[in-house]
Amino acid sequence: MLKEIRPAIVVLIALMIITGLAYPLAMTGIAEAIFPNQSQGSLIVRDGKVVGSQLIGQNFVSEKYFHGRPSATVGADPADASKTVGQPYNASNSMGSNLGPTSKALVDRVKGDVDKLKAENPSTPVPVDLVTTSGSGLDPDISPAAAYFQVPRIAKVRNMPEQDVRNLVERHIETPFLGLIGEPHVNVLALNLDLDGVPAR
Amino acid sequence: MTFIGWIQIALFCAVVIALVKPLGWYMTRVFSGERTFLSPIVSPVETVLYKIAGVDSRSEQDWLRYTVSMLIFHVGGFIILYALLRLQGALPFNPQGMTAVAPDLSFNTAVSFVTNTNWQNYGGETTMSYLTQMLGLTHQNFLSAATGIALAVVLTRGFARSSTRNLGNFWVDVTRATLYILLPICIPYTLFLVWQGMPQTLGAYVDATTLEGAKQTIAVGPVASQVAIKMLGTNGGGFFNANAAHPFENPTAFSNFIQMISIFAIGAALTNVFGRMVGNQRQGWAILAVMGVLFITGVAVCYWAEASGTTGLNALGLTGGNMEGKEVRFGIVSSALFAVVTTAASCGAVNAMHDSFTALGGMIPMINMQLGEIIVGGVGAGLYGMLIFVIISIFVAGLMVGRTPEYVGKKIESKEVKMAMLAILILPLMYLGFSAVACVLPSAVASIANAGPHGFSEILYLFTSSTANNGSAFGGITGNTFFYNTTGGVAMFVGRFLMIVPAMAIAGALAEKKALAPSVGTFPTTGGLFVGLVVGVILIVGGLTFFPALALGPIVEHLAMTAGTLY
Repeated sequence: MLKEIRPAIVVLIALMIITGLAYPLAMTGIAEAIFPNQSQGSLIVRDGKVVGSQLIGQNFVSEKYFHGRPSATVGADPADASKTVGQPYNASNSMGSNLGPTSKALVDRVKGDVDKLKAENPSTPVPVDLVTTSGSGLDPDISPAAAYFQVPRIAKVRNMPEQDVRNLVERHIETPFLGLIGEPHVNVLALNLDLDGVPAR
Repeated sequence: MTFIGWIQIALFCAVVIALVKPLGWYMTRVFSGERTFLSPIVSPVETVLYKIAGVDSRSEQDWLRYTVSMLIFHVGGFIILYALLRLQGALPFNPQGMTAVAPDLSFNTAVSFVTNTNWQNYGGETTMSYLTQMLGLTHQNFLSAATGIALAVVLTRGFARSSTRNLGNFWVDVTRATLYILLPICIPYTLFLVWQGMPQTLGAYVDATTLEGAKQTIAVGPVASQVAIKMLGTNGGGFFNANAAHPFENPTAFSNFIQMISIFAIGAALTNVFGRMVGNQRQGWAILAVMGVLFITGVAVCYWAEASGTTGLNALGLTGGNMEGKEVRFGIVSSALFAVVTTAASCGAVNAMHDSFTALGGMIPMINMQLGEIIVGGVGAGLYGMLIFVIISIFVAGLMVGRTPEYVGKKIESKEVKMAMLAILILPLMYLGFSAVACVLPSAVASIANAGPHGFSEILYLFTSSTANNGSAFGGITGNTFFYNTTGGVAMFVGRFLMIVPAMAIAGALAEKKALAPSVGTFPTTGGLFVGLVVGVILIVGGLTFFPALALGPIVEHLAMTAGTLY
């Protein structure tokens, strides 16, 4: 048994240096050289300031922006750091709601959201993704249906023709890879950035 | 369910099957010590390494020495990882100033990564320094996977060799698995993932000012290099808390597709390695067929359940399936498929929250793990889980028709069957036993997040996943308590080593036997009858052990849900 101690130490340490240090550090260097944008987190910079990441959703609450999905992430309570409070789209603490299929808390929360959305747009069925939380709490996307659902509100608040807003949404629909893999979706932050670029009439 | 959804599933299966032969051929060469296209680069490194280690690469070990080497290797890995977790506050590559991890959580995490479980009672972006993620966790992701491959190869050698005690050299096998198989695939794979949008940086978290003027701190890090081996090595431990649901850990549907392929690739190809080494590739395909039957059944049930949605939300007029805890870019089909893939192999990464799955949709991952992750198995709990069931099946077939049980030229005798039964019984002992204890301890029950039968499912899932070395979770449960950290750690340890040691003993016993030429009395093990028999034995043996527990959890929850009961 003692004979195996030496190879254990040598192989462990050698492979630790190769796979735990050389490999990730070399990958970091190469990735930063070839993909300078992605390797840093696909950040979006406006006027020298980081306004977010292309891949990370934001907590849009203003009427004039498209809203993302509800988010179950939490953060430290500003009043008492030992407690946590709901903090949607906290990108340094990803999590889902983990509420199960027979959870009363889940059904009650969704019902409240559905009622609010029905009041906003009674003519269209509420898209399921607009009232359910994502697995990460950071989902950057909504379904095309969820984007179209919000068009009347955006058009009204921004004083734009509905068709213009619709066209904007349509331009932002990302189709599945090879038309097969994944689901069509709309990146909410990119859509809202574009929306801000369109002058109101 | 949609047509295009099924096309995605078919495409996934096609790619996995297409990779079986080339990867199987390559791995067979690596473990037979033959030259490969990487030899000019890797071979000199190997030579130096063996020289310093005092290893003669041509001298082989018997099963006991091989096992002892493996155990010492694990103990060393555990000590290094535990030390890193406890000391990370004083070490470099820590831009967020993460402090030392508590002793019980460090114990749980170290056991978890050394045993290829990667159960996580912590959130990566709120707990771990970059150094811990790289030197501690990425390193163990490689080594626990390499060990799993080595063990599958040894059991295969047990069948393939005859009249010998030599089963190979652990140090050579583990080094070759790392340097010839895992690392060379991970390098281009990492770059692919970064291309898709995965961060790979040592910089601190980024503060952004959102469009509405709020502050958003965005966690980044050396993510891609870790995720590559996390998937390929079927480890499954997330860089971030939300694992592969996090947009940085799985940016696109394309990255998701490739991640699923990489979970299955090596495990599926190991069946081909088995076939090649025992001299008949059809033996490997027969095993893969058994896996395929169980896999497709699981996918169909899970996809159907998730696409059907929950009664509570459907009653509100919502259509489109159960999207709670799922990401829009993946949708229902890629989430359901991922859940089945990750638990069919010993991976445990999740791209949707299993806790929010429908009762039946969430039951499929549980069944997959309770069977011992024999479907493809992946790298960690490898081929050996399935071969153990094959031994039992051959024994049962022998009893039924009065034939001498033999498999690929080896007589299956009492020692092999006893060891196989030991390995099979140890799993339910752990997950049923600990679940029962947890259910009567008020402090353990306090950890559950959902009331009603779902709460029981959370406990059962925790111990199932720990014992099976999977690592996925019904994440609502608060696992970071002294009780779950310690019992979960014990379950992972026992689930790993009391599977491995009997499997190694079987390998040793088989290798010593003489090879028999097939006769008219030999039960053919390459046809449909054999496949059906093994599937049947798996479902009967498995079903008898865990059906009562499932009846108390997901099954009663499904009935409650359809009756409109909420908790």
